[in-house]
Amino acid sequence: MITEKDKKSALLEFIDNYREKDNFESYLIAVLHRVQEVNGYVDEASMDLIAHAMGIPTARIYGVATFYHFFNLKPVGKYIISVCMGTACFVKGANAIADKIKEILNIETGETTKDGLFTLQEARCLGACGQAPVLMINNKIHGRMTPKKTADMIKKIKRNALKQKVQGQR
Amino acid sequence: MDNMIPIKVNGKEYRVKSGQTVMHALDGLGYKIPRLCYHPKLSIEGACRVCIVEIKGLKNYAASCSYPVSANMEITTNSRELRQARRDIVELILDNHPQDCHTCDRDGICELQRLAYAMGIRKRYFEGERKQYAIDTSSASVVRDPNKCVLCGRCVRLCSEIQKVNALGYAHRGFKTVVMPAFNKPFSESVCTTCGQCINVCPTAAFVEKNNTRELFEMLDDPDTVKIAQVAPSVRAAIGESFNLEPGHAMHSEIVASLKKLGFDYVFDTQFSADLTIMEEASEFLERLEGNGPLPMITSCSSAWMKYVEQFYPEFIPNISSCKSPMSMMGTLVKTYFAEKLKVKPANILSAAFMCCTAKKYEAARPELAVNGSRSVDIVLTTRELAWMIKSAGIDFLNAKGEDFDAPLGLSSGAGTIFGATGGVMEAAIRTAYFLYSGETLLDIELNELRGLKGIKESRIKIHDKEIRVAVAHGLGNSSDLLETVKKDPGRYHFIEIMGCPGGCIGGGGQPYATANSIPLDEDCLLKRAEALYGLDRKKTIRRSHDNPDIQRIYKEYLGRPLSKLSHQLLHTHYKEKTPHGIIWKGAVE
Repeated sequence: MITEKDKKSALLEFIDNYREKDNFESYLIAVLHRVQEVNGYVDEASMDLIAHAMGIPTARIYGVATFYHFFNLKPVGKYIISVCMGTACFVKGANAIADKIKEILNIETGETTKDGLFTLQEARCLGACGQAPVLMINNKIHGRMTPKKTADMIKKIKRNALKQKVQGQR
Repeated sequence: MDNMIPIKVNGKEYRVKSGQTVMHALDGLGYKIPRLCYHPKLSIEGACRVCIVEIKGLKNYAASCSYPVSANMEITTNSRELRQARRDIVELILDNHPQDCHTCDRDGICELQRLAYAMGIRKRYFEGERKQYAIDTSSASVVRDPNKCVLCGRCVRLCSEIQKVNALGYAHRGFKTVVMPAFNKPFSESVCTTCGQCINVCPTAAFVEKNNTRELFEMLDDPDTVKIAQVAPSVRAAIGESFNLEPGHAMHSEIVASLKKLGFDYVFDTQFSADLTIMEEASEFLERLEGNGPLPMITSCSSAWMKYVEQFYPEFIPNISSCKSPMSMMGTLVKTYFAEKLKVKPANILSAAFMCCTAKKYEAARPELAVNGSRSVDIVLTTRELAWMIKSAGIDFLNAKGEDFDAPLGLSSGAGTIFGATGGVMEAAIRTAYFLYSGETLLDIELNELRGLKGIKESRIKIHDKEIRVAVAHGLGNSSDLLETVKKDPGRYHFIEIMGCPGGCIGGGGQPYATANSIPLDEDCLLKRAEALYGLDRKKTIRRSHDNPDIQRIYKEYLGRPLSKLSHQLLHTHYKEKTPHGIIWKGAVE
């Protein structure tokens, strides 16, 4: 079992790796990435901890964390769906896909479903324009999407999650 | 770097120093390029683009505040296209700005308004998207209204560079950028020290003080209370600027007369309680000098400074003088000593304070400063608010004269007067400590080493066999630097004066806004305000706190002696460590 205290000292250790580097402050983004990797999102306690450890004011850390869309400031679901809203995907109907997801899951962009399963995000170009429109579920790209295909995928994930839950109960 | 280089401005040849920006070079040649985000005391942001000029060979107009001047540069400052481009930039800012100038706190004294006027914007062509954010009124002192923010970033830079508080940052991006404390926490829960300097540097009304004028007008309508005011030294040195006077007029009798016309029964002088502070503080210092308590002793008059030390330097709390600020001492005496004299219940007294300070609003609400369960100062208004009240009550301020502060808490020495300028508390304390220590009178009482606007000032004062090493800092950033020195060299000083605002109280967060011919934090203006106080001091026959006959009387009649049991109970307090979000631990990176 990993405790909060372990997490804290692991993060401090991670920061210490950079302490001797030039422009130590500039590793803030790497540190925030690390927090998100471990936690799923960048939480306030971690930002306060980073402020103390790196000597950067919390207000500035919060500014960096909110500047980049990649950082989640709220807890996220098990599956993060990022719909690409880059130019190519947009003209190929990314909006309709996003709307479909919002309709099925009953959430807005940036929100997480009540069961903690899905988070919907918008991405600016995932670099896969040839397959537009694309979306990404937990770092895996899915190309040539349609609202129908999207709905089927979500259904499948939900079914599997339910299966796992039932198995877990047995 | 200081060699002279030839440049051309609008076709004319000049020689300017190299190693400066185009804006500075042009300033020296008599061209004042319009500007918004630029401030000479802050780092260069280059955010607003108002200060553009044309430089031959460049594809785009350059922001003169950030572009370095170089040899043979050909600059155009004034052409039809350039004027149009600057006007467009300001217009685009206005398009997103609320159009409520006539009901705005900064109406008539707003830099954006002035800029729009100077750019010749007489007609609006576009209707931009408006910001719709909640106004943060959680702080006792400072109100943050992001809807009026033009994102010039002066407040962010000031809060980090000059005050080293770092309460503010930019969150989110692009049009959605908002200046806010960490985690968008309410101001009251942030590291904000309530110094109010963000208000002074803001070009618009994105930061203003918590306005208590309506509340005070209502309190003044209550027929059942005795209404008592106190006025800080620096208010008299600056309020004239709110009535279009040049800085540097001392206007105490105008203030007293106006307050009487507003309905106050007694107007007391915070300078009297400044004298009292000196009696207590100098005695406390001498006790510590004898070995009873840690040195260096650090002054405790500045409310923003007190919150700063509680948050960022709790290890120095034992060094802080236990004296309450002059405002709180006066409030306490009004609700005890004077209430007893009047035979009136403290609850039936209105104790109002007029301060140069926004942090005093926060201080007055501190629970540990309450007297017998109620606040010693019921309401605090800034110099600006006082000027508004006088104007809206229809009082002819400039001609309201001939009144003096009331007895028994109105007579003050010159030492109490100079409290308002950086170094003044130290100077006043030494005038009295010298006497208390040696029994002799310090003759050369103007301590010029402690005057002026140098960030950190040091001096040595010989009292008989003893040499006292003192230091003075103003502005929280300088104060932080000074404390870092003390950390490394704890025995360096015996006594330290710290004021939270640049220039001391005369540069407080509640002082009149910079006028059209000035800029916020302008040193000239601060020096003139300080000179108004030093001038008052010079004119007084009583210039040492212990010579003030009313101070002598209050000790004889009521308090006994400095540091007596009653003095301790009424005039002293204590401080506690505070840990809101957003603190950086100084020891982490060095």
